[in-house]
Amino acid sequence: MKKLLIILLSVAIFASCGGNKSEEGTANESKKVTLTAAGATFPMPFYNLAFKKYTKSTGLLLTYGGIGSGGGIRSLKDQVVDFGATDAFLSDKDLDENPLTVIHIPTCIGAVVIAYNLPGVESVKLSSSLLEDIFMGKITKWNDNKLIKANPGVNLPNMDITVVHRSDGSGTTFIFSDYMSKISSAWEEQVGRGKSLLWPTGIGAKGNPGVAGTISQTQGAVGYIGSEYAFAQNISFALVENSSGNYIEPTIESISASAQGEIPTDTRVMLTNSMDPNAYPISGFTWVIFYREQAYNNRSKAQAVETIKFLDWLISEEAQAIAQSVHYAPLPAKAVELSREILKNITYEGQIVLK
Amino acid sequence: MNSEKITKYVLFSISLIILFIFAGMVLSLIGGAMPTFREYGIKFIISPDWNPTEGRESYGALPFIVGTLVTSLLALLICLPLSFSTSLFVAEYYRKTKVAKVLGSMVDLLAGIPSIVYGLWGFYVLRPLIVSLGLSGQGFGIFTSSLILAIMIIPYATSLSNEIIAMVPNELKEAAYSLGATRMEVIFSVIIPNARSGIVASYILALGRALGETMAVTMLIGNANVIPTSLFGTGNTMASLIANQFGEAQGLKLSSLIAIGLLLFVITAIVNAAGKFIIKKFS
Repeated sequence: MKKLLIILLSVAIFASCGGNKSEEGTANESKKVTLTAAGATFPMPFYNLAFKKYTKSTGLLLTYGGIGSGGGIRSLKDQVVDFGATDAFLSDKDLDENPLTVIHIPTCIGAVVIAYNLPGVESVKLSSSLLEDIFMGKITKWNDNKLIKANPGVNLPNMDITVVHRSDGSGTTFIFSDYMSKISSAWEEQVGRGKSLLWPTGIGAKGNPGVAGTISQTQGAVGYIGSEYAFAQNISFALVENSSGNYIEPTIESISASAQGEIPTDTRVMLTNSMDPNAYPISGFTWVIFYREQAYNNRSKAQAVETIKFLDWLISEEAQAIAQSVHYAPLPAKAVELSREILKNITYEGQIVLK
Repeated sequence: MNSEKITKYVLFSISLIILFIFAGMVLSLIGGAMPTFREYGIKFIISPDWNPTEGRESYGALPFIVGTLVTSLLALLICLPLSFSTSLFVAEYYRKTKVAKVLGSMVDLLAGIPSIVYGLWGFYVLRPLIVSLGLSGQGFGIFTSSLILAIMIIPYATSLSNEIIAMVPNELKEAAYSLGATRMEVIFSVIIPNARSGIVASYILALGRALGETMAVTMLIGNANVIPTSLFGTGNTMASLIANQFGEAQGLKLSSLIAIGLLLFVITAIVNAAGKFIIKKFS
């Protein structure tokens, strides 16, 4: 009995050791400021370059963890980062659930490309109904009649189609599934849109790099990845039919064309399946997310000022030029204007940060 | 207080730490898994749906329990003839020779290779091999994972078996030989019956290792969150699912992942208990 009591008591002590964090953080003021961010892998090629350049010109240290959009949202919620990055905006429900006000600003526009690995095949055109058939597992061979009919003159091999998708929570998946839900009612009904899905077919790989690697290593594979991963690794990608019935290649012009419509003041808008006849249909903003009130989790004022200064730079022309060098489309003027307005309202202990 | 007592108390209190860690882990796993079990009850274990799509969430662990058990048991099956032959070779036939020493230490070296390296090798070498043999279209799946798991657990099964087989008293073997037994008869009627419980224990250890293996499996199994339909089909295991999805998980999904962690813990405990029972029964 006595022994049992001792054990129980010590377990209780052990368990209660969790929540004591009050004394950390007050010494932060004097330390050199470094910014920490985490999230989407989709814009990572852009962020890596931009962060490096910013560090070089200002001396401010920035770290970015490519842990997926889901992870980025989670990290901001846990208040462990200065800002998060995501390709899927937070839903109204997510925003309501967070006790602090979360702000979005877009940083560039990216394309999700349908990458494939078919030796000797230069170009494939995919219509909306073919995308549905392939990604829902209704077509399982590359030389299926439907594919051959849509791609006259292309020598499609007798090979199994292997769909590759993300195994982790992903904004790229959100953009892709949002597009699929718009073009296919069967998809919307059976699969739906989200950062992670119940996939009807295919194999999962972690992160954009993981999917790109799996596609390039697997003959007959097809999957969706951020465009820069296909460009950098020389993976072929398909021309995709847009809402006007044109087959479009993802270029900076065609991606930009998708963002010509209205943008709401909180910038939370999907750009998929644009009405513009020249638009690449699987395009989307990628956002950074942060808190309107920057004084949280014992952050210093310097930390807040540097964060907002950096984000202000990230939407500047200089940074947007870097985005274009890695094949992202720059933000339209309207989006930059809205973002500037948003950044002007960020506070630290109630005081406006950016003057 | 004399030094005898001090030593005793110090050792006792240090070993208590292990007990706390164990209890703390079980408690936090149970605490974290509670929301899921409150929502689904026992159905969580037998439901085949794992749908994390916002608005249609529904979680069930069956695909991963099946995936874990199938890959691990298959791995054990593949590993069995390989490691059993190696043990007999090293500890009996070529006992104390150079060949046996080299082979023995090479098997031990296998245990030191990080699992990510096994995963890489599986991804770039084993998988294309399976594709070129025509066993599967893309090479990912249950069989590929089991094969890599089998290679990974060979050292665990072999090393311990080696020791046990080498420990069989020489007198017994010599007695058998003097009665006119052949080498094979000695192995099957003297060595194996004597070493039986130890050999079983070594395979239980290996199975435990296979159950929890994560990295190499996640790179090769295809991460399809459904019940595997064939040997060369894709699937997912409990550990691999947790590694893939915990990063962004929150709410019910996080709780379900923790619940899967708890179930994996329980399965491992059951395997160990079964192992102990078998050892007791045999010896």
